[in-house]
This record gives sequence, structure tokens and C-alpha cells, in this order.
Amino acid sequence: MSRLQAENLTREFPSPGGSSVVALAGTTIDIPTGSFTSIIGPSGCGKSTLFNLIAGLDRPTAGRILLDGEDCTGQQGRVGYMLQKDLLLPWRTILANVALGLEVAGVSRKDREPLARRFLSLYGLGGFEDRFPAQLSGGMRQRAALLRTILFNRDVILLDEPFGALDALTRAQMQEWLLDLWDDLGKTVLFVTHDVDEALYLSDTVYVMSPRPGRIIARLDVPLARPRKPSVVTSAGFVELKSVALNLLGERSGEGVAA
Amino acid sequence: MSTTTRSLDTTATTHMGGREVPVDTRPDVRASVLLLAQLAPPPRKGVTRTPERPAGTLWLMVARLLVLILIIGGWEVAARTGLVDAFFFSMPSEIWATGVIAVTQGTVIADTLYTFSATLSGFAIGTVGGVAIGLSFWWSRRYALVAEPFVVAFEAMPKLALAPIVVLVLGIGMSSKVAMATALVVVVQALNTYAGVKAVDADLTRMISSLGATRLQVFTKVVFPATLPWIISGLRVTIGLALAGAIVGEYIGSTKGIGRMIQYAGSTYEISLIWVGIGVLAALSMVLYGVVGALERRFLASLHAAP
Repeated sequence: MSRLQAENLTREFPSPGGSSVVALAGTTIDIPTGSFTSIIGPSGCGKSTLFNLIAGLDRPTAGRILLDGEDCTGQQGRVGYMLQKDLLLPWRTILANVALGLEVAGVSRKDREPLARRFLSLYGLGGFEDRFPAQLSGGMRQRAALLRTILFNRDVILLDEPFGALDALTRAQMQEWLLDLWDDLGKTVLFVTHDVDEALYLSDTVYVMSPRPGRIIARLDVPLARPRKPSVVTSAGFVELKSVALNLLGERSGEGVAA
Repeated sequence: MSTTTRSLDTTATTHMGGREVPVDTRPDVRASVLLLAQLAPPPRKGVTRTPERPAGTLWLMVARLLVLILIIGGWEVAARTGLVDAFFFSMPSEIWATGVIAVTQGTVIADTLYTFSATLSGFAIGTVGGVAIGLSFWWSRRYALVAEPFVVAFEAMPKLALAPIVVLVLGIGMSSKVAMATALVVVVQALNTYAGVKAVDADLTRMISSLGATRLQVFTKVVFPATLPWIISGLRVTIGLALAGAIVGEYIGSTKGIGRMIQYAGSTYEISLIWVGIGVLAALSMVLYGVVGALERRFLASLHAAP
């Protein structure tokens, strides 16, 4: 179990003119252990910069990242993460892909494969163990990619628009699947998206970001009871939160928001 | 978008592609639509496509055999009637007779084996060396940047021109032929492998790094498997180069091999024997291509195998 905090994170990129572009300005977030938090914002608002900083893929110009109070700024391998691309290795079976983290960690084949099989059959990929990624649908591939992240076994998981490339129907199924998984495993999840409905449906807390410079402009708590049914999106509480979020996004960016 | 409201009575119809189509009556819209109707050709009628029927295997074999007979027969006739000079071009019947004698009484089989083993040795050494060089560029960007222009320069150089030096240094034995074959193979495979290394999806290496992989694990689990198809497809190019290298080595100085036989036949005006040598080389390279092609297909099949 881990609490994830970012303190005053700033990232500037040098620009050709000699000045610098502020991709992320003074961002502070606090994600309690075991909670589901989303970050929404239009493109260019610094969502991915923040994601890269927390994943340790990039170093901040200022500020720090804390895991359970311990400074882990710039460290890789402290959190599990997943991108919109599934990044499954095409020459490996689904089983070998999902078990990759354990394999890299030196867990023997006879220990890692039965475990990976159990996770695959628990979370809807039973029977696909020996298939290759190219033989699976986009949704199935994203499930496999997420299970690979789960089997890497970090308490904090970052998801960068994981369902962004899926069709609406598959996406809805994947959201429910993700909620089941989160419910079972109790991970701390940080979910990046530009879809307001998705963020509100999944999260305990939603941070709204705005571009130029990238920063957090609001924090919305989502008090809807869990477990949530897909029909919750028509409830008065949800609709009200959604209009608040859309207003925040609309007035700051001025260029409309993809929903 | 214009916010002008339109009602049904502002629409008219125009003749477009043979149909009556309702048209907006705003003058600029109407004019544009009419111009489009004039300029865009209507669909052509009765256009159907009949796909060519796939040729049967037997039909193909017969057709190919006919072409072969036509070429050989035409050559024979042309040589006998004096249409082409039989002294320079020989004729199929004479080449066949020379071939039979060369095989039964000469050293053609031993020569073929000699050329064959020089080719395969050079191919093997050059492939291993080229792959190692190409892959090594992945380990250090700085080293790759320093080394790349030299590899490219060696690639651009006509390596066959090196043959006299190679034969002088290594002698007229097998090693100079292997060296020539290796020289041709190694550069092409090195550049080809490096191109494969550069094409590895950076997100894949990032993904496996995020799972805590060491540099060696990134290499063995992502970079090498991702580069393998490039290496394998390079083999089909380099097998031909290996044969060419071995032959040129034999031309320059050798006591054995098909290349030496052709060289010798040329200097003694035994045109038929040259043609026998060319025929043997053609057969040899077809066998080599066939083996490498089969290997490649088998590999690609295992890569995308359905369980």
C-alpha cells in the first residue's frame, strides 16, 4: 500500500528562442493509499509530463515526488505504468508477455507461469495463454498489457489513456473490468485521460488541468457510492459534477474538449 | 458554420448523375453544386472486373518448360545455321557433351565442392561477424557514431578490387576465397543489422526497462528478437554475394574451384567449358537461394505461428 504525493512539481523545457516552455508549473497532488484518482485536461496541459515525472522517465526542474513520504524523484521502477499502446512483444505468447516482469526479476519459469495463468483466467483471458498478441482484439491486448503491469507488483499504478484507442463499447467493458481489478487488488491508481465521463465514473478524485503553463486548476471529489453501475452516469450527482468539470475545461482552454 | 435558417421551400432540384437532387437556393451554394454537376463525370455504366483465374501448377510447369525448350532449341538452331557464331557462343548440344565429359573424366564435382565450401565458410563467418558488428552499435551510441562512416565507406568501396591483394596476402588456397566471400557479406549484413537495431520500437525498450530489466535483458529480450527478421532477410542477399566473392577469389589465383575452371577455359578458348561452369554456378546459387529461402519461410512461420 502506498500513498503518492507530488510536491510543487515543475518541468521546463528549453525552447529554440532561448527562453523556456513551462510544461508543468508548481503541481501538487496527494493520492491516498488505495484510491483511484484521475487527471483530465485538454492536450498539451502537461498530463503526460506529470506522468513521465512520476514514472521516473523524466526529471523535474523543481519539486519532488514522494511514495509513503520517501523521496523517489527521478527513480524508475518504483511504480507500474501502462500506456495507450499495449507494447506487447509480438514474438511472445500472451502468457510469456504477461509474465515478463517476473521473468526479468529472475523468477523461475515453474513459479511464474502458473501464477500468470491464474491471473489470466481470473481476469478474462483464460484460454488465450498460448495466443500471440496479433491474434487478439484491441481490448484483449489492453487487458494483457494491464495484467503485465499488475504482475510487476507495484503498489502504485499509472495508466496513461489506456483505453484511448478503443471503440466506445469495448471501452465501457474495459472500465468495468478495471474497476473489478482495482477492487480486488487495492492498488493506488493514477489514471490520465481526456474523457470527463471516464474520469468521473472511475475515480474517487479528479484533478482538472489546464495548458500554458500546464497546471492543476481544480480538484473534484466524486462522492458517488461504490460499487458503481454504468447507469450512474445518468444520476443527478454525476451530471452535476460533469457540468462543473466541462465548465472548468471549457473556460480555461477556450477550444472545446473532446469527451 | 452559417447560422442562417433554411426552410423546405428554399430548396430546388437539379439534375445530378441522372437523379433529381434537392439543392439549396442560396446563389453561391447553388452555383457551386451546378458547376460540380457539370464537371464531375457521371459513373460509367457496365464496368465489371473479372479477376484473372489463378494458374494451375501443371499449367505453370508446362509453360515454363516450353519457354526453356524454346530458348535452348533457338540457340541450337541459331548456332547450327550460323546465325550466331558457334565459336564464341557454342551450342547446347556441344555444352552438354562437354559437361558429360567434365563430370565423368574431369574435376567438376571436386571443383563444385571447393567453391561450395568456400562460399559457405565465407557466408557463415561474414554473417556472424556482420551481425555482431551491427548489434554492437546498439550498445553505445557514441561508438556507433564513430564507426558508422567507416562501415559505410567500406560498403561503398568495390571490394572485388581488393581481390589481388587478398590473394597475394593469403595465398592461392581456400583462405583467400573465404576472405573474399566474407568481405562482401560482412559489410552488408552489418549495415542491415544496424538498420534493424535502429528500427526497434523505442517504446518497447522503455516498457521492458520499466519492468526493471538490465541492459543485457533489454538486449536479449527485446533488441535481438526484434532485429532477427532483418538479419534473416539479409541472408538472401548475402548468400549471392558470398558466391560472387568466392568466384572472384578463384579468378585471381587458385588451383581448384569453378571460378578457376572458367578462367582456365577462357584462356584456352574452350567456350563450351565456360558454359558448363556457368551452368554449374547457376545451379549452385539456385540451391543456396532455395535453402536460405526455406529457412526464412520457416522462421517467419514460427514467428507468427498459430498454436
